[in-house]
Amino acid sequence: MSDQIELTYQVSADDFTRAGEASSDVKSKLKKMGVNPEIVRKVAISMYEGEINMVIHADGGTIKVIISPTEITMILEDHGPGIEDIEKAMQAGYSTAPDNIRSLGFGAGMGLPNMKKYSDEMKIETKLGVGTKVTMKVFIR
Amino acid sequence: MDKFFNAVRLDENLCKGCINCIKRCPTGAIRVRNGKAVITKKFCIDCGECIRICPHHAKLPFYDPISILEDYEYTVALPAPSLYGQFNNLDDINIVLTALKRMGFDDVYEVSGAAELVSEMSRQYIEENQDKWPIISSACPSVVRLIRVRFPNLIEHLLPILAPIDLAATLAREKAMKETGLPSEKIGIIFISPCPAKVSAVRTPLGIEKSDVDGVLAIKDVYPRLLPLMKEVEASGNIEELSISGKIGISWGGTGGEAGGLLTDSYLAADGIENVIRVLEDLEDQKIGTLEFIELNACNGGCVGGVLTVENPFVARVKIKRLRKYMPVARNHMDSKKGPISDKKVIKIESSKTNGYWTEEIKYEPVFKLGVNMQESIAMISKVEELCERFPGLDCGSCGAPTCKALAEDVVRGVASEKDCIHILREFIHKISDEISMLDNHNKGVKHSSHKEEM
Repeated sequence: MSDQIELTYQVSADDFTRAGEASSDVKSKLKKMGVNPEIVRKVAISMYEGEINMVIHADGGTIKVIISPTEITMILEDHGPGIEDIEKAMQAGYSTAPDNIRSLGFGAGMGLPNMKKYSDEMKIETKLGVGTKVTMKVFIR
Repeated sequence: MDKFFNAVRLDENLCKGCINCIKRCPTGAIRVRNGKAVITKKFCIDCGECIRICPHHAKLPFYDPISILEDYEYTVALPAPSLYGQFNNLDDINIVLTALKRMGFDDVYEVSGAAELVSEMSRQYIEENQDKWPIISSACPSVVRLIRVRFPNLIEHLLPILAPIDLAATLAREKAMKETGLPSEKIGIIFISPCPAKVSAVRTPLGIEKSDVDGVLAIKDVYPRLLPLMKEVEASGNIEELSISGKIGISWGGTGGEAGGLLTDSYLAADGIENVIRVLEDLEDQKIGTLEFIELNACNGGCVGGVLTVENPFVARVKIKRLRKYMPVARNHMDSKKGPISDKKVIKIESSKTNGYWTEEIKYEPVFKLGVNMQESIAMISKVEELCERFPGLDCGSCGAPTCKALAEDVVRGVASEKDCIHILREFIHKISDEISMLDNHNKGVKHSSHKEEM
């Protein structure tokens, strides 16, 4: 019996109707596991923001979620353009989203700041023209 | 009293074991077992969807019979505002209210009157509790029950004010006791309801310790009795001035009515249980921007869409709209703090029993939880995933569960078997029949060779 569960989700590009499916699924599983509601909320929000980022900026990608009794790890990997200036991207309100995306109510520049705010640990590995890998952790205890 | 009481019953003789209800249930509370629909009580939120969908009328709403009036010395009818939307060409609510008295009630107290007080209190609560925005309405018992089992993070956003019916019941009881001098137990406070969820709300209240409602009648039962009486009342011209409500109170009968009474534009109003769930999911994920208030009604169109109503909910809303046209905005106020009340028709409310606020805390009930600890939960969810891979993903319902995933969870919970899936069963039978034919061929071979030996 393994003491952790690994879930993999494909995030498709430019499909806002489906954005959020992966985080919804993880949220529902965590609730079924009886994880503290506040922790479920942190995971759901940080993962949703990451998912949306992949849709807007990176032609989609893959999300791997590992749930163990002590922590939830979310690994978001894409083959998008990479982040040019992480420091700027981390500033609240800074966004490189094009106008058509902004007109949909996305791209307010809160993606990465919210991911940082709602996760307990966040690591960004990015290479221009190659892609970005964001690893977030939320601790259960 | 069981904290998961629900107001839906099954007529086993009528249930054919079809899959309509299991597919429609928004919380996945129903399974078909041994050919009959079974509700898991703790999952049920009394939304009434199964009652609506059942083509065999095997799902029955649970409420009180009209004979309950005989149990009390003095009875007060509490008509829901949705009742007024049931009648054609109604110009004066007093006709309905007078007819209710002719039907056998000693007095009437409009729920819409108390609704205006709730509106007034809500305005103040919203203004004073910006940290809890958006405030979620708590008048629909199905919505409160849904949040209690599925949206723990949103409990603190619920409006902690009595639902209009509960406030109306307390005020009506106080009034009746004062006017008749009778003890509380001899007075029957009877709600005329659009939905059975209110039955559960009365029997197992949330937010308050005990409801002052003694009985719940169905609008559809009262309606045919009221029609001839209303004609009589109108013809006689003896229409009593019983109505105590204005536009705001009456509007509570349909979606947007409650929010409309808050006098702000910063709200959304959603109806229909699936839509309500979507709004709550998005709200939980902070996908909805800043709003002051969220009005949610489990039924399409709001209370007028309840399963105990007669009229098409959209038509009923038009009728209520017409009715309220020449009514004053509101006629009920909690007290006179806001200065002298000049309108002679304004009713001042004071109660010694309630200040209108909830007295009990609402606790999260994690009824859908799998496993007793994290290790076990992880193992169970892994098993669910594994089973889902093996099931065909058709969500055909033949196993009695609404989806393959639901069956997988049932198997993991130990209440169903993998072979309840007819596709898995078919594979299993194929395998057995292959083995039998192999065995058969083998036997033939043996016979053949023995024959040869005889030669």
